[in-house]
Amino acid sequence: MRRRVILIGLLMLLVGLTIWITNLEWIKEGVYKPFTWGDIMSATISHLEMVVIAELIAISIGVPLGILVTRPGLRRLATPVVGGVGVGQTIPSLAVIAIMAPLLGFGLNSAIVALFIYGLLPIVRNSYAGINNIDSAIVEAARGMGMTRGQIARKIELPLALPVIMTGIRISTVITVGTAELAVLVGGKGLGLITLTGVFSMQPLTILQGAAPTAALAITLGFILERIENSMTSRGLKVKAAMA
Amino acid sequence: MMIKLDLVTKVYPDGTEAVKEVSFEVEAGELCVLLGPSGCGKTTTMKMINRLIPITGGKIYINGGDSTKMNENELRRNIGYAIQDIGLFPHMTVGQNIGTVPSLKGWPKAERNKRAEELLELVGMNSGEFIDKYPSELSGGQCQRVGVARALGADPPILLMDEPFGAIDPITRVRLQDEFLKIQQDIKKTIIFVTHDIYEAIKMGDKVALMKEGQLVQYDTPANLLYRPKNEFVEDFVGADRALKGLQLIRVKEVMTSSLPTVKADEKAEAARERMEQEGIDWLVVVNDDGKFLGWVGKAELGKGELVKEVMNSSAITVTVNTVLNEALSLMLSSGANNLPVVSKDNRLQGVLSFDIIRKALTEVSQRRQSE
Amino acid sequence: MLGAWEYLVKHPEKLAGWALEHLWIILVAITIAIILGVIVGIYITGRGKEHMADTVLYLAEIMMTVPSLALFGLLMLLLTSVGLKAIGFLPAVIALIIYGQLPILRNTYMAIRGVDPAMIEAGKGMGMTERQLLVKVKLPLAVPVIMAGLRNAIVIIIGIAAIAALIGAGGLGAPIFRGLRNARMDLIILGGVSVSILALLVDAFMNQVERWVTPEGLKRR
Ligand SMILES: Nc1ncnc2c1ncn2[C@@H]1O[C@H](COP(=O)(O)OP(=O)(O)O)[C@@H](O)[C@H]1O
Ligand SMILES: [Mg+2]
Repeated sequence: MRRRVILIGLLMLLVGLTIWITNLEWIKEGVYKPFTWGDIMSATISHLEMVVIAELIAISIGVPLGILVTRPGLRRLATPVVGGVGVGQTIPSLAVIAIMAPLLGFGLNSAIVALFIYGLLPIVRNSYAGINNIDSAIVEAARGMGMTRGQIARKIELPLALPVIMTGIRISTVITVGTAELAVLVGGKGLGLITLTGVFSMQPLTILQGAAPTAALAITLGFILERIENSMTSRGLKVKAAMA
Repeated sequence: MMIKLDLVTKVYPDGTEAVKEVSFEVEAGELCVLLGPSGCGKTTTMKMINRLIPITGGKIYINGGDSTKMNENELRRNIGYAIQDIGLFPHMTVGQNIGTVPSLKGWPKAERNKRAEELLELVGMNSGEFIDKYPSELSGGQCQRVGVARALGADPPILLMDEPFGAIDPITRVRLQDEFLKIQQDIKKTIIFVTHDIYEAIKMGDKVALMKEGQLVQYDTPANLLYRPKNEFVEDFVGADRALKGLQLIRVKEVMTSSLPTVKADEKAEAARERMEQEGIDWLVVVNDDGKFLGWVGKAELGKGELVKEVMNSSAITVTVNTVLNEALSLMLSSGANNLPVVSKDNRLQGVLSFDIIRKALTEVSQRRQSE
Repeated sequence: MLGAWEYLVKHPEKLAGWALEHLWIILVAITIAIILGVIVGIYITGRGKEHMADTVLYLAEIMMTVPSLALFGLLMLLLTSVGLKAIGFLPAVIALIIYGQLPILRNTYMAIRGVDPAMIEAGKGMGMTERQLLVKVKLPLAVPVIMAGLRNAIVIIIGIAAIAALIGAGGLGAPIFRGLRNARMDLIILGGVSVSILALLVDAFMNQVERWVTPEGLKRR
């Protein structure tokens, strides 16, 4: 309950801030280019578009990759993959984005590739950990009861790993919403255009016109994904969490 | 014969020789305990039976068939499996856990539920209360019971149990052991039961396979293991002396059965047969008119003559109410008798001492010792 | 790549300057962040503060999802309205302090709450006061976890400090942004690679520190 109040309060603050700034008369008549409601709306949509595309690619590659390196035949690859993810997560997001310019040039694709790469890391890490951290006694019991490999994967491993994988996807999405603001620097679109216009013209109000909706978007997506995560988690796993 | 190991050997890929040419047979309905110090190869031996660990030498026969020729998953679905870490599936309810193998075998849902309810009651849990709970809502002892119920899920003829009560506090453990023995009397499964606890082995086992460094040292009844150890290792491991010392403290009168059906030597064999059927036993103590002990008569011998005295086995081996149990036991072992008559000074019959009674006393002594 | 190397050879002092700026700003920020994070973290473990702890931790969790540019914007607005300098070092350091103390605060709280009640009981049994209990039992046991939070915090703020170059705070982000604006690939690579190396080095160093400060008895393996 208290958490819900904090969440809604914060969202209202961010949205209210955006409304207030956008409606200020002197901004509309100001010396620099003012952003209208229409601008913010379409920027939000294209921001979301970029994030969704990058996330979909990251999920469709990251989840299988993280799971595959837990399989007996491919376990050799786990150490390099997990180690690589660890190093990748230490590297600042700005560096990953900026390096796209010399590698791929400026353009929407560079932006999406950067977001995809950075977003991939938590997904791979959690998919791997979700499967790998399952108590080995559970898998052994399943084998001993005569489940086939496929049955163990479908009935035991995936349901147990799902909450952890979903957490990875949530973290990745939230980070990507924020990182997407910087992706504008290499040719991305979205709310970052407004924010950076503000930054380059040293106008905090304009910065907030882009950044406040971004923050609201990150918080909202995080909340929605958490709810989905919750609804996908077996009650048996939640009881445990509650008692721990 | 249900399970037969024939020169079974396991060499792990790293070169560890965990099991070396182990051979033994377990009869249908028997509980065979694999006993030995940690690392002696008990778990490895057990897991080769359901092929969780591939065998590297020798053969294992299940019901006469070569286990390596069977479909591995089919094999496992017909062998119940319970382990110390239990491995209950945390995302499934108790009912779903118990119904796992039945569901793998394609039982309809209603039947699985019915079976889960039965099994919960069998292991002493209220099915209405527990069937929809999750493992995280249960205590350790309850999880262990559910683990056993799950192993019994599809009514497999064989059960493998690896230290199933190992992680439980001593008091609960004793209770679970007793309950399990009671259940086994009804279900009569063929069971391989792994433990490193000599007292548990004596208490649970029809046969005990004592292992050392991958080799089978002695495969015998608990009594023979205790009182006819094959070598010094067995003697040390079972600590026969210590157990005997415990038995020295108990006298026959404390544990004997005193009300028992008898038959007079002059009675007709037919009368003896009737009495046996009435009491549901297959032997009677034979006394004379004064109530003095004369011998035994068994069901099989009844047809050989008309009167009891013509067919009875006379015997002079007796104990008194003040005999200490360890002496009684060695008398039993040297004579090969499973029961000894308890008589007074003038040879009047006072009761009977059976091997099962001594075994029970032994377990109690050892458990008292453990909890001290 | 080659261009970046040539630039580095020609102007090593420039790279050194950016790196020092970067290190200085994170050093100032992390020092304050540790103090703040540990104090607040300990404070909310107090008896009867469970609701407050929940609120603070949840706020911290949400704050971590707020993009840094939003915080920069807010800080600039606030600083301007109270008449302080709205760009450069000050807003950057404040933002880094805020982001940096969140993982420290969270780990401090978790670690102290996580101390085995049996140990606390033992401490009480020996007649320790609440304060002695904190200093002699809870904190030493919590140090490794707090250090893990610190390591996490430093990695995060090295990255955010790079972005802070946008609001004039300098550091290794400066060549990146200059390169991006003027399509100077050598500067982008130089900045990107050196800030990455800095992050990896500091992370490795903190990993080592974490081992040093873990009491012998608590080390696994
Ligand atoms: N996967 C394995 N690889 C190599 N050696 C093993 C493996 N599993 C067990 N061992 C070794 O085999 C021996 C027997 O182990 P185990 O059967 O588990 O013993 P027990 O169950 O009697 O304690 C031990 O020396 C153990 O270290
Ligand atoms: Mg074992």
